[in-house]
Amino acid sequence: MLRDITLGQYYPADSVIHKLDPRLKLIGTMVFLVSLFLSHDWIGYLAATVFLAGVIRASRVPFRYMLKGLKAIILILLITVVFNLFVVPGDVIWEFWVLRVTRQGLSQAGFMAVRLIYLIIGSSVMTLTTTPNDLTDGLERVLGPLRMVKVPVHEIAMIMSIALRFIPILLEETDKIMKAQTARGADFESGNLIQKAKSMVPLLVPLFISAFRRANDLALAMEARCYRGGAGRTKMKPLLYEKRDYAGYAVLAVYLAAMIAIRIMR
Amino acid sequence: MWNYARRDAKTWSSAITGLTLQNEDKSATMGMISARQQCRLYRKREQSMGIIQSSKLTFEYTKKDEEGNIEEVKRAVDGVDLDIHPGQFIAILGHNGSGKSTLAKHMNAILLPTEGTMWVGGKDTKAEEYLWEIRQTAGMVFQNPDNQIIASVVEEDVGFGPENLGVPTLEIWDRVEESLKAVDMLEYRRHSPNKLSGGQKQRVAIAGVVAMHPKCIVLDEPTAMLDPSGRHEVIRTVRALNEVEGVTVILITHYMEEVVWADRVFVMDDGKIVMQGTPREIFSQVETLKAYRLDVPQATLLAWELKHDGVDLPDGILTMDELKDELVKRICQ
Repeated sequence: MLRDITLGQYYPADSVIHKLDPRLKLIGTMVFLVSLFLSHDWIGYLAATVFLAGVIRASRVPFRYMLKGLKAIILILLITVVFNLFVVPGDVIWEFWVLRVTRQGLSQAGFMAVRLIYLIIGSSVMTLTTTPNDLTDGLERVLGPLRMVKVPVHEIAMIMSIALRFIPILLEETDKIMKAQTARGADFESGNLIQKAKSMVPLLVPLFISAFRRANDLALAMEARCYRGGAGRTKMKPLLYEKRDYAGYAVLAVYLAAMIAIRIMR
Repeated sequence: MWNYARRDAKTWSSAITGLTLQNEDKSATMGMISARQQCRLYRKREQSMGIIQSSKLTFEYTKKDEEGNIEEVKRAVDGVDLDIHPGQFIAILGHNGSGKSTLAKHMNAILLPTEGTMWVGGKDTKAEEYLWEIRQTAGMVFQNPDNQIIASVVEEDVGFGPENLGVPTLEIWDRVEESLKAVDMLEYRRHSPNKLSGGQKQRVAIAGVVAMHPKCIVLDEPTAMLDPSGRHEVIRTVRALNEVEGVTVILITHYMEEVVWADRVFVMDDGKIVMQGTPREIFSQVETLKAYRLDVPQATLLAWELKHDGVDLPDGILTMDELKDELVKRICQ
């Protein structure tokens, strides 16, 4: 059962957005996030909404998948809204005991909520339409310039992709160890938080040992297959821009220009 | 020898499917030399230079205590002389701790000898400048199929070796395709390795090595963690590589059944090579094998027991079919 889990939240579909180069999607997401902080009034948000809606439509991912990510931030969202609502000073429109809602507070709370929601949906679009492997590849290329300042970009990307490969294996192993320890009388369910944490020790120790052993084996196997770091390596699936990617960049540039124009003009 | 030109798809698939058939009648014609074998023998004689050679190869593990004092020295490999010729199918047998895996790791320069020398493709493994050339010449397949697959898609894993060698992108694709075809896993190229069976995973690992175009493949107990059908799959694949492509195969194992097809068998015990010869020669010495804590194939054992009890049977029967034929012959007489 554990081996069937899908990693990340990739939603397989055959759409333009899925086919775009991961570099474009990474940069596009960054641009979108920045643009959200550029806008201060409803015209800006309207532009962002139109852009986001267009991308979601083109991605052919059901909208409810986008909303899944929001569950995690509901609490933060509520706190932000409540604080903005009651704390921002300005023209009072409603008052009760010490609570005071202002017009400015109301609009700021609304904008903050929309901004947060769009942040999450915007990045969900990227993770839903890009496989973890493509993301890693894209990240390696986008962060490529950091090599100049001695950031081991290739190594980081390699670590990420190996982690992706081994997460299901380690999950399965956890499951196995858990069963083995339960058979020996270990109790993972009952007790308070501290007791529960303590009962994890017989699970974690063998898991760590086995992970280190696997890492050792894997390093050996990689060396035996002539792995010697990023230098001199060719790619089986190199990232190459196609026409649609250039078109994507053009759309992105137009969007960013529009957002900046809105910001400056008002 | 390894043919660098692109291979014909048909040759491969027919070789693999044909082999099962050939398997069955091989035992029947064990005594005679088939045309194919004759061809192989000829090819072998032609290439007299050993691909893997070693002289007085010794490797010691030193166990140190916390202060760095040497506590114990264990000789894992002790004065081994090897001379393996291109195109041969070699099996190295031994029980746990006999030093066979340590010896295998020398063939890929993962371990370097404490004393003596190991040459791979004529290059001394101690010379650092040849390290990557040696690793490309002698590819290595390990025991645990999970711990040697790097990528999360089958074809990307097979492409990993060629990527490291700096092979151009288009050629990587060609190599991946031919290697997956060679191990009969082409239809799984876009699958995740996590969803494959053990035998399939091990075949992917073999394809990963084959894609690097090695002259020789060292398999370090590739079947130890597999079920019987997975073991059969892997051995069949390895034999196909050896017979069709002429890749030198060094199979390290403790399953006797897998050794039957080898050209030459080495038996290791306590770091030394204690027996060597053809499978028939080795398996006719049932008592010596037992002394080295090795099992004998069931057919061989049964034949030996029968012979012990007075049934007139020849030495070194290797397969069930062979035994059956011999017994039928006796009964009919």
